Amino acid sequence: MTLTVTDLGVARGGIPVLEGLSFALEPGKALILRGPNGIGKTTLLRTVAGLQPPLKGRVEGAEDQIAYAAHSDGLKPTLSVAENLTFWASVFGRNGIEQALDGFDLQGLRDRQAGALSAGQKRRLGLSRMLVTGRPIWIMDEPTVSLDVNSVAMFADAVRAHLGQGGSALIATHIDLGLEAEVLDVGPYKARPPEIDDFDGGFL
Amino acid sequence: MIALLLRDLKLAFRAGGGFGLGLAFFLIVTVMVPFSVGPQSELLARIAPGVLWLGALLACLLSLDRLLALDWEDGSLDLLATAPLPLESTVTIKALAHWITTGLPLVLAAPVLGVLLNLPVQGFQWLVVSLLLGTPALSVIGTFGAALTVGLKRGGLLMSLLVMPLYVPTLIFGSEVARRGAEGMAVQTPLLLLAGISAASIALLPFASAAVLRVNLR
Repeated sequence: MTLTVTDLGVARGGIPVLEGLSFALEPGKALILRGPNGIGKTTLLRTVAGLQPPLKGRVEGAEDQIAYAAHSDGLKPTLSVAENLTFWASVFGRNGIEQALDGFDLQGLRDRQAGALSAGQKRRLGLSRMLVTGRPIWIMDEPTVSLDVNSVAMFADAVRAHLGQGGSALIATHIDLGLEAEVLDVGPYKARPPEIDDFDGGFL
Repeated sequence: MIALLLRDLKLAFRAGGGFGLGLAFFLIVTVMVPFSVGPQSELLARIAPGVLWLGALLACLLSLDRLLALDWEDGSLDLLATAPLPLESTVTIKALAHWITTGLPLVLAAPVLGVLLNLPVQGFQWLVVSLLLGTPALSVIGTFGAALTVGLKRGGLLMSLLVMPLYVPTLIFGSEVARRGAEGMAVQTPLLLLAGISAASIALLPFASAAVLRVNLR
C-alpha cells in the first residue's frame, strides 16, 4: 500500500505551519523527516495519521494502514510490560507478543510494572507496540528519544526487518539511524504567514 | 472491545485506579445526612429516596474526570484513535467500564444505605430498580462531559458544571420512581420516562462523545 501525500498543508492551533508538501511512500521504503524545532513535523505526522484534518491537500492510503508512535508511549504504569503489549495486540485484533518482546530485548522485563521501567525501557516498550499492531505503515515521531546506542541499533534493526517484509516507515528524527532511506527536509515547505488585510469582518 | 473493557476494569482495581472511591463517598454523604437534619426518623424516611439518588449522582460525578483524562495524558487516546476500533465504541466501552466500577456498586450499596435513612420497606425494590435504570444514563452523559473537557488542565470542575444540568432529567424521574415506590404509589409513568432517558442517552450520546473527542484530539 503506497502512502501518497499531495500538496498537503497543515496547521497547528489555527496557524498554518507547512504547505505544498507532496511525497509518496512505497512499500519497503522509509522516509526520514528532518527540520528545525517547531517547523511542524509532529503536526504533519498527526495529519498523516488522521488525527487532525489537513488544511488543504490530500493524504491517501493511510486509513487503517498506519501505526502511530507519538512522543508519549501510551503505557499504563500499573500494568505489566506483557499486559500493556497484550492489550495493544488485541486492540489491533492480533495475538502473540513474543516477537515484539524479543525484538526490543524486553523478555527479562515482561512481568515488571510499566511504571517501574526507566525512560529508555519505556520507550523500547512503546516502540515494540509497533510490532504487535501488524500495520504496514509506521509513523513515528522522534522514536529514539532517551534510547541508548544499543537500543537505537535494535530499533533500526526492527525498522529494517519491517521494511524487508514490505512495510514502510515515516520517521521524524534528528539522528542517523543507518537506514537506507530517503531524507525529506521539511524546512523549505514552511508556510508563509497569512496575508493581513485591513478589512476586519468582525466590525461589520 | 473486550480487551479495552478488561484493561479499564483491571486499571480500576489496581493501585490508584479509584475503584471504591465513589462508593465510599456515597456512604459518607448518606451517613452525614442524619447528622445534618437531626434524628427524626419520619423526616428521614420522607427524604430518603431523594437523598440516596442525589448521593449516588454525586458519587458518579466524582469519578468522571479520570475517565478519559488519564488516557489523554499518557497518549493512549491518540493511539486508540488510530486503532481499528471506532471512537464511538471506545467511548461506549469507557462508559460501560465506568458503570461497572462505579454505577453498579452504587446500585448494590443503596439498599444498605436505605436502612440508615429509615427508607420504608416497600421502597427498597423501587430504589434499586430506579438506580439500575438510571445509573447507565449517568455514566454515558458523564462520558460526554469528560470528552468535552479532555485535555483541559483542571477540567474536572468545569466538567461537573457542564454535566450536572444534563443530569437533571435523570435525577427528577429517578428519584420520583424511588419516592413513589416508598410511598406505595404507582411508579409506571416516571419509570418509563427514566428508562426512555437512559435508552436515548445510550443510543445517541456515544456519537456526540466521539465527535467532540475527535475535535479535542486535533
